Amino acid sequence: MTQDTILLLSAAIALLPLLGFAFLIFFGKRLGRASGFIGTAILGISLLLSILVAFSKISNFADIQLIQAKFNWIDLGNNFFIRVGIGIDNIAAIMLIVVTLISFLVHLFSLEYMADDKKFTRYYAYLGLFSFSMLGIVLANNFLFMFVFWELVGISSYLLIGFWYEKDSAANAGKKAFLVNRIGDLGFLIGIMIMFFTYGTFMYDEIFSDISSGILPFDSGSMLTAAGILIFCGAIGKSAQFPLHVWLPDAMEGPTPVSALIHAATMVAAGVYLVARVFPMLTANALLTIAYFGAITAFIAATIAITQVDFKKVLAYSTVSQLGYMVMGLGVGAFSSGFMHLVTHAWFKAALFLASGSVIHAMHLSMSKLNDHHSDPQNINNMGGLRKKMPITYVTFLIATIAIAGVPLTSGFLSKDGILAGTLAYANLTGNWLIPLMGFAAAGMTAFYMFRLTIIAFHGEPKTEIASNTKETNKYILIPLIVLATLSIWIFYSPNPIDASNGWFHKAVPQPHTSVSETYQWDFLIHNETTIEAGTSTHTSQHYGTAFEEEIHSQHYIAMALSLLIAGLGIFFAFCVYQFKILNADNLANQFRKLYKGSYSKWYFDEIYQATFINGSVGLAKVLAFFDNKIIDGIVNLSSLITRGFSYFIGHFDNIVIDGFVNLIANITGFFGAAVRKVQTGSVQTYIVLAIIGMFLLFYVII
Amino acid sequence: MSVGLTEYLIVSAILFSLGIFGIITRKNAIMVLMGLELVLNAANINFVAFAKYGGMNIDGQVAALFVIILAAAEAAVALAIVLNIYQNFKHINVDEIVKMKD
Repeated sequence: MTQDTILLLSAAIALLPLLGFAFLIFFGKRLGRASGFIGTAILGISLLLSILVAFSKISNFADIQLIQAKFNWIDLGNNFFIRVGIGIDNIAAIMLIVVTLISFLVHLFSLEYMADDKKFTRYYAYLGLFSFSMLGIVLANNFLFMFVFWELVGISSYLLIGFWYEKDSAANAGKKAFLVNRIGDLGFLIGIMIMFFTYGTFMYDEIFSDISSGILPFDSGSMLTAAGILIFCGAIGKSAQFPLHVWLPDAMEGPTPVSALIHAATMVAAGVYLVARVFPMLTANALLTIAYFGAITAFIAATIAITQVDFKKVLAYSTVSQLGYMVMGLGVGAFSSGFMHLVTHAWFKAALFLASGSVIHAMHLSMSKLNDHHSDPQNINNMGGLRKKMPITYVTFLIATIAIAGVPLTSGFLSKDGILAGTLAYANLTGNWLIPLMGFAAAGMTAFYMFRLTIIAFHGEPKTEIASNTKETNKYILIPLIVLATLSIWIFYSPNPIDASNGWFHKAVPQPHTSVSETYQWDFLIHNETTIEAGTSTHTSQHYGTAFEEEIHSQHYIAMALSLLIAGLGIFFAFCVYQFKILNADNLANQFRKLYKGSYSKWYFDEIYQATFINGSVGLAKVLAFFDNKIIDGIVNLSSLITRGFSYFIGHFDNIVIDGFVNLIANITGFFGAAVRKVQTGSVQTYIVLAIIGMFLLFYVII
Repeated sequence: MSVGLTEYLIVSAILFSLGIFGIITRKNAIMVLMGLELVLNAANINFVAFAKYGGMNIDGQVAALFVIILAAAEAAVALAIVLNIYQNFKHINVDEIVKMKD
């Protein structure tokens, strides 16, 4: 397989779902249920191609870092042209598999989940549109394509969150997601414009090489930092980082498979992918900002997840928290682990969401059998005892829970542990101890709330009649669950279950060389050429590109011991409270009343935004309206009054003197007009003919 | 055959003539507007052709972009007028609308 074949195949991977979208939008109505199978088949082909492309990129072209194609899109001469293109490197190749596999499984899952929906075909068309846009983000090798596809995933997410738009809450959640994302995208756009203004190109590799040759935006390193942070704003919006995380939990109004695909595994990870893409251009200060945003997000979201009672809301806040982890990992410079967490999280979080979809679907079926239309099928207090009713769902959910909690032998342990070791190393080198502190605290809470959810929903006795009537549904639902749960096992990433640094993943996704000069970058993140050479010459012993990687290695076992201890404590505590009831949950809630209420109401973020930004704009609009109505209109009315009085006198003068004069002229004109009026037929087309004849006459006279 | 400035100008002249023909002969106001678009696009081809071969460079491209924007604005205004004509006359045959002479 040559490089060109790889590029052509990857373009085909992205374009196939678009084709499916166009086909289903135009002909879907006639196809009915078959449209679901068509959509699934198309994604299946994309998946096979992705696996082919990824394997040949990672194994056959390992030494070529980036295979890419560029072409001029707009060429206006004078050296002004806009170049675009697609590129495949190892992280793009891995993302291709992540996106297509999860998309394929969600397509499969939805065949059963959405079977009774009236808008079944439109649902599959939207899924195709989303897959196309997301693959576009993965393949883009320039900011322009990135931004275009960025907005395209935004619109598909909007369409799918508001898919049941008859429900007010769903329509509003869609609008909220769209608007909140706009705020982040504004920063992203400004960042892109700074880059284009400075470097005259959108291509990543050209920008990076310009930066490493010392060209800086507006000749200042702080502008480069600002550009990095502005681009990260896009990630804040899309990846639901604090303070723009409020849209993601509301986005759970969409169908559950959509939550799994878009709002857990792929689209929300696009922000993390963006940060990974632009990693070489981020300065020390930009990275520090990113790390803090990630850490705060991971911590706050975990505290909220502890008290939620809606099955999907718990998972949503857990997603926000884990995205914070990834961002924090990239921010502290633990690139490989941060990106690995994106991949491992995609599998186990998709498994959790699809399992929750399986539960909700079963609850729905049971409710309609019991003729109950009022209970909440998503409230975990209506569940309980599902372990015996839905054993396969339970086992897959449990595996994913163990993975997200960071227990050894799972994928989550490998990536999370790497990130935590990275934060420890970072704190050791820079003194920012708050970051690992929040990271470890969030790890403990993650273990606690995930096991709380598992125990309340699946263990014990059924709490309601609905729960006792549930049962496993069919294979379309179970196959995706089993595949995703299998992928949460460590063996797919590294042969060593407690250390990922020797696995293929870390080899395929090494820390990229930073383009920023030493003045603006942590010195421990700069690749030390001599170390590498010394390392390669001394047989097979491990060698590190940067001082940071060395530090991570020395912090690895401390981080592992700490994270095991903390995760173990979280799980133990969850079992104490909810399984064995040694501690009473209500008593605890009463004891920490304020904390409990704050967490239960999501720390009042929505209320604060309502009070400040929304009411603020409404208030401002009211003040402006008052100003308009009373003051501007008053001035206008006053001046009109004056004018009226004045014109009363003028009017008399006009009527007698001026009009007399005018009438005289009019009479003269009327006389001549009557003579030539025959030419005026009133038909526009006659006029045009006359005009053209006139034009020809003019030509004749002049030439 | 190599494509040069002359070929572009011939295409543009044909397009222009077709446009004028449409404007003069069509009864339906919408078709007249379509003729108008043809004329504008003929001018656009000239601009772009001169930008490439006649030394206008970027100016020609920019002028063409302006014409595209202008055409969009014109279409919006003209269609609004057509709509009003329809509400007044219940038809949009331009040869029957001769009120301008009064």
